[in-house]
Amino acid sequence: MVAEARRLGWSVASPSFSLSARDPHAPGQAWPRCKRWDGLCDSPRRGSVAPPPVFGSPWNQGLGWGASREVGSALSPNLQSARPGGACQRAGMGSSVSGSSSSLGETCQNGALLDVGLEDGGSLTKLAYYSTVQHKVAKVRSFDHSGKDTEQDHEPPYEISVQEEVTARLHFVKFENTYIEACLDFIKDHLVNTETKVIQATGGGAYKFKDLIEEKLQLKVDKEDVMTCLIKGCNFVLKNIPHEAFVYQKDSDPEFRFQTNHPNIFPYLLVNIGSGVSIVKVETEDRFEWIGGSSIGGGTFWGLGALLTKTKKFDELLQLASRGQHTNVDMLVQDIYGGAHETLGLSGNLIASSFGKSATADQEFSKEDMAKSLLHMISNDIGQLACLYARLHCLDRVYFGGFFIRGHPVTMRTITYSINFFSKGEVQALFLRHEGYLGAIGAFLKGAEQDNPNQYSWGENYAGSSGLMSSSPELCPTQRARSGTFDLLEMDRLERPLVNLPLLLDPSSYVPDTVDLTDDALARKYWLTCFEEALDGVVKRAVASQPGSVDAAERAEKFRQKYWNKLQTLRHQPFAYGTLTVRSLLDTREHCLNEFNFPDPYSKVKQKDNGVALKCFQRVVSALDALDWEERQLALVKGLLAGNVFDWGAKAVSDVLESDPQFGFEEAKKKLQDNSGVDVILGVFPFVRELLSRGTEVILACNSGPALNDVTYSESLIVAERIAAMDPVIHSALREERLLLVQTGSSSPCLDLSRLDKGLAVLVRERGADLVVIEGMGRAVHTNYHAALCCESLKLAVIKNSWLAERLGGQLFSVIFKYEVPAE
Amino acid sequence: SFLSRRPRPVPSRLAPPYKAGAGGPALEGQGVEEVGTPEGGGEERPARHPPAPALRLLNRKPQGGSGEIKTPENDLQRGRLSRGPRAAPPAAGMGDHGGQPERSAPHAPGTPAGVGAAAVNGLLHNGFHPSRLCSRGPPGGGDPELQPQPPPPQHDSPAKKCRLRRRMDSGRKNRPPFPWFGMDIGGTLVKLVYFEPKDITAEEEQEEVENLKSIRKYLTSNTAYGKTGIRDVHLELKNLTMCGRKGNLHFIRFPSCAMHKFIQMGSEKNFSSLHTTLCATGGGAFKFEEDFRTIADLQLHKLDELDCLIQGLLYVDSIGFNGKPECYYFENPTNPELCQKKPYCLDNPYPMLLVNMGSGVSILAVYSKDNYKRVTGTSLGGGTFLGLCCLLTGCETFEEALEMAAKGDSTNVDKLVKDIYGGDYERFGLQGSAVASSFGNMMSKEKRDSISKEDLARATLVTITNNIGSIARMCALNENIDRVVFVGNFLRINMVSMKLLAYAMDFWSKGQLKALFLEHEGYFGAVGALLELFKMPADQ
Repeated sequence: MVAEARRLGWSVASPSFSLSARDPHAPGQAWPRCKRWDGLCDSPRRGSVAPPPVFGSPWNQGLGWGASREVGSALSPNLQSARPGGACQRAGMGSSVSGSSSSLGETCQNGALLDVGLEDGGSLTKLAYYSTVQHKVAKVRSFDHSGKDTEQDHEPPYEISVQEEVTARLHFVKFENTYIEACLDFIKDHLVNTETKVIQATGGGAYKFKDLIEEKLQLKVDKEDVMTCLIKGCNFVLKNIPHEAFVYQKDSDPEFRFQTNHPNIFPYLLVNIGSGVSIVKVETEDRFEWIGGSSIGGGTFWGLGALLTKTKKFDELLQLASRGQHTNVDMLVQDIYGGAHETLGLSGNLIASSFGKSATADQEFSKEDMAKSLLHMISNDIGQLACLYARLHCLDRVYFGGFFIRGHPVTMRTITYSINFFSKGEVQALFLRHEGYLGAIGAFLKGAEQDNPNQYSWGENYAGSSGLMSSSPELCPTQRARSGTFDLLEMDRLERPLVNLPLLLDPSSYVPDTVDLTDDALARKYWLTCFEEALDGVVKRAVASQPGSVDAAERAEKFRQKYWNKLQTLRHQPFAYGTLTVRSLLDTREHCLNEFNFPDPYSKVKQKDNGVALKCFQRVVSALDALDWEERQLALVKGLLAGNVFDWGAKAVSDVLESDPQFGFEEAKKKLQDNSGVDVILGVFPFVRELLSRGTEVILACNSGPALNDVTYSESLIVAERIAAMDPVIHSALREERLLLVQTGSSSPCLDLSRLDKGLAVLVRERGADLVVIEGMGRAVHTNYHAALCCESLKLAVIKNSWLAERLGGQLFSVIFKYEVPAE
Repeated sequence: SFLSRRPRPVPSRLAPPYKAGAGGPALEGQGVEEVGTPEGGGEERPARHPPAPALRLLNRKPQGGSGEIKTPENDLQRGRLSRGPRAAPPAAGMGDHGGQPERSAPHAPGTPAGVGAAAVNGLLHNGFHPSRLCSRGPPGGGDPELQPQPPPPQHDSPAKKCRLRRRMDSGRKNRPPFPWFGMDIGGTLVKLVYFEPKDITAEEEQEEVENLKSIRKYLTSNTAYGKTGIRDVHLELKNLTMCGRKGNLHFIRFPSCAMHKFIQMGSEKNFSSLHTTLCATGGGAFKFEEDFRTIADLQLHKLDELDCLIQGLLYVDSIGFNGKPECYYFENPTNPELCQKKPYCLDNPYPMLLVNMGSGVSILAVYSKDNYKRVTGTSLGGGTFLGLCCLLTGCETFEEALEMAAKGDSTNVDKLVKDIYGGDYERFGLQGSAVASSFGNMMSKEKRDSISKEDLARATLVTITNNIGSIARMCALNENIDRVVFVGNFLRINMVSMKLLAYAMDFWSKGQLKALFLEHEGYFGAVGALLELFKMPADQ
């Protein structure tokens, strides 16, 4: 993606680089294995050695203990058996104080939080902990030129070194209270910071299990206020997870409609349906008010339901309800009015009196019917109260949470119906994907207040998180037994805060993705199959990228299994991670690759391609300079587009390019399938150079992290440096800061303009960018094709997918060249 | 037995040409004395039902009340009635259509309360018809006298008695014939009000048909009827003047499931021969209309239940409860020791939030006697309480359920704030004793196994009551109304709920809202229906 501006522009380049490499996975560097919570796969992560740079000390007020993903195994006997025998299972014990190292992938830091759900229906304990995750990352570094002749053939333009990088990650785990003792034992065994005297806990269970926790851990339980935690958690997910909120639509497929995050999430109403109902008005990050509640809630459904039907479990009650006929138990309007309701304009099916028939008839009522009637009664009542409160406080955004809602389409349906009925459509019932974690997230954030995690942006890690409904017995009866349920959410702390692109015309209505695959079943089928078919190639590439690693094949196989499973989940539950898009499929793949330590499978390809392209640069530029202005403009655009097609991994093409600087676009597009490193060096830089020559300032923005063979910010710096050495235009522009290289904040082949690096946004505003050039299929077609900006924009890409080309009404290798001027 | 045992009268006249759809076989040839047409048109519908035999003057639109004059007869009410005319809009003169024949047609529901209601208030408050109306029209015109006559009946034949009675029984030509009933057929209970004239002259007594007399004697000398009918003697309004007659108003109820028995009895006792108009409201007026017609040969005059509720309530409050006030409230509702029932003067009732708690609950915002809106309602009402109690405890009646509830302790069943938080939830200012989750303790099997039926009944009562209170409170806030009047049979013999509501209104509003109650809880709809009877044009 490139951006250009007349006076000033910025560009986000997608082209890739090849990085020269020491083998990052030398023999003997065996990856430690640890069992993941879900027992599905081994996660080769390095234990942290050093304290995390940012989250360190302030979080020490909490419990400093190490835990890792295998807490789950320890807790859950059936999973324990699946643990590999000799593998190191010890949890990391690192804390910023002790700094003890471990061979494990993650180290739990202070601020472990227990959200011990007690009166919440599933009686789930939510455990929140912070870890530092050590990844292998491919770093690029210029060679020291002094001692070497860099112009030598076959010498890579820069070196790649694999380094360990520590990133912060928040983990949230849910498991049943049954395992609380095992959990506490585990915590005790791994407690490392003996100075810690306090553990933070929230949820009703924090009170009930207070003594147990204090006795077992010899720690004081610091009880966090449930509602405060809930609200903090809610604010956090609404701000950090796109597609967090959704509406439930009964007859659509799928039934979940995700909402674009509004830039301003306040004010809103949170209706928490636990045992009882709490209605809270949230006005700002720190200001909220309990405005009301009701004692008729989930506990009423459960307690009364158990009495009426002799059914003990909440889930079973819901299942009963979904099979029942409430009209056998409820007195309807038509029961009172007879057939006359029609002429009176009344809806005969309205319930006049819940359980009204059981008062007058001495017949037996079926469990199913009673459960259904009870469900309607409670849902309607809550919906009615919520509407009354929303109206009183003039709010139209109402989020529902609590165990009554959690993962239960049945209750989401009845609540939505009730809200629509009582508000006459004026209020929308919204639900949250991570509703079950709000308390734990909030408690955790509260414990970490001094460090204010809110100053960071966070991203959901698709690889490590369970999808929506992953444990719903209604939707996934086969997935796992309810008793063994635990769900996961992982949030990666992003290096830099993300914000809206200031040039978005209407941030609240901006939707990055062009096609909603949750909505478009045909497209969904196509793309899922497409990604399945491409999986072999990705696995091969991953293995090839680490030739010296003894377990690369093994890890790649695990990656394959994990991503394959994700794809299968998405086939059945396209809503699992929010709106399904090509972008989310690509991102999930990146996350899974990272999970198995393939941080940048294309690094070497990029390194090689960039080396070749750099050699062609001067020839290309001088050929361009020989053209007259108009021809040159055309050639530049062609180059930009051609670069988008070229895959320098293909020998035939690099031969063509080496021999003919006037590279043949027509020829190239016949032979090549994917974009590559040539993009940035031979496509983008000449284009940028032309802009600079005519006095335009340019901001060139590249991905912060690796994605496919797209160029990364750090690679772009080296490339620019190398080009500057050859080209005076680039050289002076860099020196005079007329060419600025920045990062986008993204590590995806696509681009979400509502989550861009803050530095970029600041620069765009300061420099008054008035043209945005977005280049590449991922950034200009899969996303942002419809993005409306308040300045001129140019979106260009080559459609390298025949299905998509057909969808868009063109042919394979058709060109998208979309120049837009905002309406006055 | 409910009604007198007179045999069914021999049909005396042929049915006149009637609208399409006429003719249920069972009704062929039944006597029809007159044909009515709704006055004021508009609401008339094609008679898709069989013709109403033995027609009384039914289903006419309520007439305007202009021209009513106040007389000394109603001195009782006079003082309180100053507000009566205030809201009474001018209405069409009643006499204008007096001579027109009327067709019988189902009365359209939802007749605007305005015209008729305003009129009837004026009328009833004064208890008197204007003389102009009294002297209206000699027999003739559209009068049945002009209809083809049947062969002269025997002196004591029912038909003869009927005609006599029609002229004589209620004393005035423009009054509806006795008996005067108002009926409210709800989802669970049928409420019946009966006006017993106490000023019957010797002549009247002599003329009174046996049927009618036996109804009067039967209703007034008994307090229970059949297995389930009950007269609420304590509610009887004595020495009342209605429509110019003095008498007592009786309040009777029986379960809606006995409705068919009631209709059957009406048929057996030949109630239709009395030629009275049966004014009925509530859903059952629609549901049972056809049964009334086909089985008992009775045409109902159907009335909108909310109109009736409001008019009935305003009327009963205006006449007072035998010299005592009808309306009351609880002083010190938040202090169980000092909580006391106190009279309340509802002379200036507007605006009020009216919460009618029957099987379900309707909530109305009333701005004047003919300006109101239904704000909302909830299906969690008296029917829910009784229904759940029956299922949970095996009880069978409301009385039984309440009796159990009175002995129970809901805190064994409900989960309180302190059960969860160990004390008050200070962050939100919630007391530890507040209910956090109704039936929340019943999530635990051990507690389910050890709970008593009384506790369950109490918890059900408290849950339903508090929920109604909470919805009512929100409505009051949204509508900006500070007086909440609770009525309906859910409150019958239900001090627990009344005190809870009084407490809830006061506590949660910090004293801003006042809960008001009325002695005749569930009978206002029926009274309103009776009032409609007087609003109808005089029998012809």
